[in-house]
Amino acid sequence: MDLGLTEMQEMLKNGARDFLENECPEQLVRDMEEDEAGYSTSLWEKMAEQGWQGLLIPEEHGGAGFNFLDLCVLLEEFGRALVPGPFMSTVLGGAVPLIEIGSEDQKAEFLPKIASGDVIFTLALTEPSARFDEEGVQCQASVDGNNVTFNGVKLFVPDANVADYMIVAGRSEKGVTLGIVATDQDGVDVTQLQTIARDKQAEVKLNNAQGQLLGVEGEGWEALAPVIHRYTVGECAYMVGLAQMDFEISVDYAKERVQFGRPIGSFQAIQHKCADMVTDVDGSRFIMYKAAWAISTGQSDEETQMSVNMAKAWCSDATRRVVAHGQQIHGGIGFTKDYKIQLYFRRQKRAELSFGDADYHRELVAQQLGI
Amino acid sequence: MDWQDSPEQAQFRTEVADFIQARLPERYRSGDENSDETQTTGWQADRKSNDPSAKESAINWADALAEKGWIAPHWPKEYGGAGLSVMEQFIYNQEMAKADAPPVGGMGVSLLGPTMIVHGSEEQKAEHLPKILSGEVAWAQGYSEPSSGSDLASLQTRAIRDGDDFVINGQKIWTSGAQYADWLFALVRTDPEAPKHRGISFLVMDITTPGLTVRPIIDMGWQEPFNETFFEDVRVSTSNVIGEENRGWYVGMTLLDFERSGISGAIEYERTIKELIEYVNSEPENDIKTRDDFESVRHQIADRYLEVNVLFNFAFRIVSMQNSGMVPNYEASVNKMFGSETHQRLARTGTKVFGLYSNLWSEENEYAPMRSLFTRDYVRSVPHTIFSGSSEIQRNVIATRGLGLPRG
Ligand SMILES: Cc1cc2nc3c(=O)[nH]c(=O)nc-3n(C[C@H](O)[C@H](O)[C@H](O)COP(=O)(O)OP(=O)(O)OC[C@H]3O[C@@H](n4cnc5c(N)ncnc54)[C@H](O)[C@@H]3O)c2cc1C
Repeated sequence: MDLGLTEMQEMLKNGARDFLENECPEQLVRDMEEDEAGYSTSLWEKMAEQGWQGLLIPEEHGGAGFNFLDLCVLLEEFGRALVPGPFMSTVLGGAVPLIEIGSEDQKAEFLPKIASGDVIFTLALTEPSARFDEEGVQCQASVDGNNVTFNGVKLFVPDANVADYMIVAGRSEKGVTLGIVATDQDGVDVTQLQTIARDKQAEVKLNNAQGQLLGVEGEGWEALAPVIHRYTVGECAYMVGLAQMDFEISVDYAKERVQFGRPIGSFQAIQHKCADMVTDVDGSRFIMYKAAWAISTGQSDEETQMSVNMAKAWCSDATRRVVAHGQQIHGGIGFTKDYKIQLYFRRQKRAELSFGDADYHRELVAQQLGI
Repeated sequence: MDWQDSPEQAQFRTEVADFIQARLPERYRSGDENSDETQTTGWQADRKSNDPSAKESAINWADALAEKGWIAPHWPKEYGGAGLSVMEQFIYNQEMAKADAPPVGGMGVSLLGPTMIVHGSEEQKAEHLPKILSGEVAWAQGYSEPSSGSDLASLQTRAIRDGDDFVINGQKIWTSGAQYADWLFALVRTDPEAPKHRGISFLVMDITTPGLTVRPIIDMGWQEPFNETFFEDVRVSTSNVIGEENRGWYVGMTLLDFERSGISGAIEYERTIKELIEYVNSEPENDIKTRDDFESVRHQIADRYLEVNVLFNFAFRIVSMQNSGMVPNYEASVNKMFGSETHQRLARTGTKVFGLYSNLWSEENEYAPMRSLFTRDYVRSVPHTIFSGSSEIQRNVIATRGLGLPRG
């Protein structure tokens, strides 16, 4: 048993950190808050050169064939750098379902383009009901051979404003049914939402939107389980990186900020907060990796499910405690738009809400414990 | 012990409630689409607004309150206040908060006036108090500096005597509402040789005095509640010192004590919780599904409700002590600390009830539940544990002044 990273994962992590420090500075993060597209195409291309969009994609489809835990190492660095843009929606919302249930033709058609950074995907799952369970999928799907037509409203769809394709979850008389929908058709209407994290989420109206069937009609919900697991744990990894950075910035500030003639970090009240923060960050990191490990090593469905729910329940609350402490340690300066700490605070909330917050997952944990 | 009004108190409560019901301008009524916006900048901004209807509401409300002497209910009658007892003030403040009615007169009424009444000369009172009551002059508070926040007494803004004037150089920061203010009260260093608490004077000045510059700061909710205030050879007459020269720290502390009492938080949060419960129990006409089907969310709402009741009692305790002639010690710190932290917890609970909808910031969005109040409060309540003595400072005060623990 070991909690360390492999040599290869260390390389991935250090390489990513160096790369993102140069290529994704704070100014880019800020610029993207106000940018229509919300991501930098040049960064996107450079990430593809690093092989990141294709990290999970098998080599035969132009990817690097890494496992999911490796991706979480990378996503932790993404959280640290607050990388804006459609990476998670493309990789976790697009590549993962294609890898899991795509036909050979679909894999051949889309995966190489994802790996090369040529297409952007997203997952259109949630609806105005804002539910993450099977009942939440009410958008109509009607299947005709390999084609599927969707009618309905999808809400809080990440990066729909720039996606070339969406994996849409709909419901036919046979049950939840998935399709790959190109966004450049009249039947797809995207309206951007203004959000707390100033990320790009949208309302997507589907009006006879045409797509190709992904997987088997009526078996879409079961097919989505591995996608939802991975996306959920991916959000945890992002939160861990984000919280780690918030923590480091705050500790540095506590060492430098002088009040009453000494650093505020010499005050017990601040010291206790810093100690709470590192406990929460480390606690989040290990529970997240436990889930990533369960997924990557194909542990039983029960164990995987439980570890995913535990990770999201814990990380959602713990990282929120961390960023709240980060704000408090900074005093008035932390409340300004100009200072960086608030960037983490607002993004933590987005990730906390994504795929269900702690209450949602705690309830599932309770059910699994038989409470 | 008695949590109920005496007949006289009940009568006073009804009088206040009826008055507000009859006279509160439409703009300030809860549920009005403007009310969340006006909350942040308040009456003081409305008074200076370019929007004639905002300005008219501000003036009408001030005129209505003035008829009763209720612009400054806590000021003595001889200075134009209502001379209410602490218990009556408590009731008055509760009813104002229940109706979400904005207090009028800003810091002039709440902070400067009471200080001037205690420490000012008769000329100073005659010059300034009537203009505060008439709404003619709004005040801002220039205490904090870039290097002097919690350690306020370390402040460096320097005032050097030159004949009948002080010449001031330095910088203040976080000066709330200075962009809407006419006058500033400030703590400045008049004797750099003296121990830090004993070389400070309390000065008032016209905010348009040459050399004085106010520059707004954008906050993390993308608004501009506060400012940087710069002093470059600002000349202020020595007659503008309130209290004794070099005794300004103690004059200023009178004010901070006024800042720390208050019941409006408990009332406001209770109102919000009730609105939330009503909302989750009603069938929203739009498609918004709330999270009240989750046991833990219901439990959280209940927790917040308990906390608000605890908070009410903290505030109530201060008033009861004063009412029976005692001087509160650490109790005001408990109230401030617990209140601001409850506020943040409530905003958090609200954002949880609405799940993904808590992303929504704009109150106008058709999807926005309860006008996105909780999402915005989640961000806007962040500084409540920082200003007016941060939670850490309050805990220090409770431990040292209250519990007698040694200072760190
Ligand atoms: C929205 C807003 C409005 C404001 N309005 C005004 C105004 O109108 N006029 C005005 O003069 N000022 C105003 N302030 C300033 C406010 O009073 C200061 O922000 C406050 O005093 C804290 O100072 P600071 O921001 O420099 O934080 P710091 O004092 O630097 O505090 C940073 C952190 O260190 C902690 N800390 C500091 N000292 C200690 C200690 N001894 N023990 C333990 N922890 C400690 C604090 O609790 C905080 O967590 C406002 C601030 C805000 C955010």
